[in-house]
Amino acid sequence: MTQRRSHQIGTGLFIVLGFTALGYLATQTTSLANYRQGPTYALKARFTNVGQLKLRAPVKIAGVRIGSVSDIQLEPDRLEALVTLAIDKRYDQLPDDSAAAVFTSGLLGDQYVALKPGGSPDMFKHGDEIILTQSSMQLEELIGKYLVGSGDSQTRKPAAEESPATPESANH
Amino acid sequence: MSDKPVRGSLIGDGLAQVGALALFLLQVLAALPRSLRHFTETIRQIFFVGAMSLIIIMTCGLFIGLVLGLQLYEVLSRFGSTASVGTVVAIALYRELGPVVTALLFAGRAGTSITAEIGLMRATDQLAAMEMMAVDPLAYVVAPRFLAGIIAMPLLASIFNALAIFGAHLVAVSWLGLDNGTFWSNMTGAVDVWTDVMNGVWKSAVFGGVVTLVATFQGYSTAPTSEGVAYATTRTVVYSSILTLAIDFLMTAFLM
Amino acid sequence: MNADSASSTDALVRIRGLRTRLGAKVIFDGVDLDIPRGRITAIMGPSGTGKTTLLRHMTGQLVPDAGEIVVDGQNLAQLDRNGLFDLRERIGYLFQNSALLTDFSVFENVAFPLRQHARLPEELIRNIVLLKLQAVGLRGAADLMPAELSGGMARRVALARAIVRDPMLLIYDEPFVGLDPIALNQVLKLIRVLNATLGLTSIVVAHELSAVSRVADQIYLIAAGKIAAHGQPQELVRGETDWTRQFFGGEADGPVPFHYPARDYAADLGFTKGRA
Ligand SMILES: Nc1ncnc2c1ncn2[C@@H]1O[C@H](COP(=O)(O)OP(=O)(O)OP(=O)(O)O)[C@@H](O)[C@H]1O
Ligand SMILES: [Mg+2]
Repeated sequence: MTQRRSHQIGTGLFIVLGFTALGYLATQTTSLANYRQGPTYALKARFTNVGQLKLRAPVKIAGVRIGSVSDIQLEPDRLEALVTLAIDKRYDQLPDDSAAAVFTSGLLGDQYVALKPGGSPDMFKHGDEIILTQSSMQLEELIGKYLVGSGDSQTRKPAAEESPATPESANH
Repeated sequence: MSDKPVRGSLIGDGLAQVGALALFLLQVLAALPRSLRHFTETIRQIFFVGAMSLIIIMTCGLFIGLVLGLQLYEVLSRFGSTASVGTVVAIALYRELGPVVTALLFAGRAGTSITAEIGLMRATDQLAAMEMMAVDPLAYVVAPRFLAGIIAMPLLASIFNALAIFGAHLVAVSWLGLDNGTFWSNMTGAVDVWTDVMNGVWKSAVFGGVVTLVATFQGYSTAPTSEGVAYATTRTVVYSSILTLAIDFLMTAFLM
Repeated sequence: MNADSASSTDALVRIRGLRTRLGAKVIFDGVDLDIPRGRITAIMGPSGTGKTTLLRHMTGQLVPDAGEIVVDGQNLAQLDRNGLFDLRERIGYLFQNSALLTDFSVFENVAFPLRQHARLPEELIRNIVLLKLQAVGLRGAADLMPAELSGGMARRVALARAIVRDPMLLIYDEPFVGLDPIALNQVLKLIRVLNATLGLTSIVVAHELSAVSRVADQIYLIAAGKIAAHGQPQELVRGETDWTRQFFGGEADGPVPFHYPARDYAADLGFTKGRA
C-alpha cells in the first residue's frame, strides 16, 4: 500500500517535472517568448527599406530587448514601410528624439530594430512616430558601395525634423 | 552456392519478426481499452520507466549540452556567428538529438528491464498464472508499459532538452563569454513551438511506443530460460535502436 | 445441498478422446476422464507423464490435438477468450511452481484476483485475504515479498491465492511438495474442509500416495498416454493390475517406465556390441 502510494507520488513528481521542462522549452526558448509580454504601447516608424525584418522581431536599446515589431505595412501613397513597434510599458521614458534603425545581428543573423536614445526632455507617448530612422543595411548595397567607393549616408540628418510629415523625402 | 538459401531464410526470419511484431502491436492496441481498468498499473509503470530513467537522462542531457555548446561555439566562431549558438543547439536538440538520444538511452535503461522483467514472468509462469486468474497479461502487463513509454518519453526528452540547453548556456555564456541576451534572443527569434518543439514531442512519443513495444514483445515471446531472457534483452536494445533510427528517418522525410 | 447431491453424479469436467503430442512426444493417446462434482479427484502418474499438461488442457491454457473437453457444460473448443476468462474466474489453480507475482507482497498476491475482478471495499479485501492467509498459517507473512519466502511457504501462499475467490473448481498441481509434515496435515485438512463446506470440486495432482489416499474420493492413474487405472484409493492401493502394483509399490521394473524414452544405454555410452 505504502509502496503503491510512493509510486504514485513519484509518478506525479516525474510528470510535473516533465511538463515543467516542456512548458519551459515551449514558452521560453521559442518565438512564444516574444509574445509573452506585459502591457505595451505602440510607436510607429517609417523606413525606406526594412530588409528581412519580420513580425515579432525584437526591438532593442543597448542590446536589451524592450519590445517587438507588431506590424509591418506598406504605405500606399509614399511606398514606404510603416513599422509598428510594441514597446514594453516599463520602458516609457524614451526621449522623443530617439532614432530607430534596422540592424542585423551578426553577419548573417536575424534583423531587429535598434533604438538609439536622444536627449529630448519629452518622452514618447502611445502612437507617436519615431522621426529619425535608418533603413536596413543590405549586404549587397554595402558591397556595392564599397566597390564604387562612395555612398550617401542613409541616416537622416536631424534637419529632416523640420518637415516631420515627409522625413523620407529629404533623403532620396 | 549454399549461401542463397541462408540469405533467403535470413530475410524470411526478418520478415517473420516484423510481421510478428506488427501482429503483437495490433493485439496490444486491442488490449489498450481494457488496460485502462488497470490504470494504477500504468501509473506504476510510468514511475518505473520514466522516473527511474531520470538520472541517466539528466546526466546525459547535461553532457550533450556542454559538448554541443563547446563544439558549436568553436565552429560558429569561424563564421563570426557565435550569436546563433543557442539557436543551433535548440533546433538540433528539439528536432533530432533530444528524441533520438533519449530513445536510445531509454532502450538501454528501461527497455532492457522491461524485457528482463516480462521474460522472467514468462519463465516463472507468472504470465500463465495471470491468465489462469482471468487477467489478460496483454492488458495488465504489456499495455501499461506500452502506454507508460508513450507518456514518459516526451517528458524525458523534454527534461533531456532542458538540461542540454542549460549545459550549452553554461559553456557558451558563463564560460566562453557569449552575451546572455544574445544567446536567448537569437534562440527565441528562430525556434518555433510547432515545427521544432512539438515535432520533437510527437517523435519521442512514437519512439517511446516503439521501444516499449519491442521490449515487451521480446519479453513476452522469450524462451523461458535464463539464456532466452539474456538473448531477448540484447535483442531489445539492438532492434529498438535500429527501429527508432529508421522510423526517425521516415518521419523526418515524409511527415515533417 | 440437495441439488448438489443430486447433481453430484454428473461430471464437472468431462474429457473424451484426448490426444496430444508435444514436440515429438505423444503425451495423450485417447484419454477419457470424468471429474465428478463435489468430489476430490486425484490424478497420479509417473513424472513427465503429462499430469500438468492435462490440467492445462482442462483450463484452456493448451489446446489438444484432438478430443473434447467440457467444463461445467461448456465445450472449451467453442469458448472465445471472454468465455474462457469467465470460466477461469470460477477456477482456482495452484501452479506446480507457485508462480507468485514477484513484484507484489504476499498480501497483494493473494488480493490480486479480488482486486482484478471485484470492486470490493479495501476493508473487506483485507479481511478476506487475512482469513485465507490464516487458513494456510501465513497471516504473519503478509508483508513479505515472494523472494523472502521458502519454497513451502510460497506454495501455501499460492494455495491461499487459489482459494481466495471461493471457486467452484479447485485445481492443485502438487500441493504437498516442499511441505513439512505439520503443514502437509494442515493443507490436507484444508483441502477436505474446503471441499466439504463450500461444496466445490477439487482435482489434486500429487505423488504422495499416503496423503492422496487420505483426501481423494477417486484416483486416476495416468501412464504412457492412457488412463492406466481408475478407482477409489483403497482399490488401487490393493494393486489389482500390473500398473498399480508397480506404481504404488514403487518398483523400478514393470510396465511403467522409469526412464524417459532413450536410445540403447550401451550404445549411448559408446560401447558397440562387439567390444562389449
Ligand atoms: N513445451 C513442450 N514441448 C515439448 N514437450 C513438452 C513441453 N512441455 C512439456 N513437455 C513434455 O510433456 C511431458 C509431460 O509434461 P508434464 O509437465 O505434463 O508432466 P507431469 O506429469 O506434470 O510431470 P511431473 O510429475 O514431473 O510434474 C514431459 O515429458 C515433457 O517433456
Ligand atoms: Mg507436473
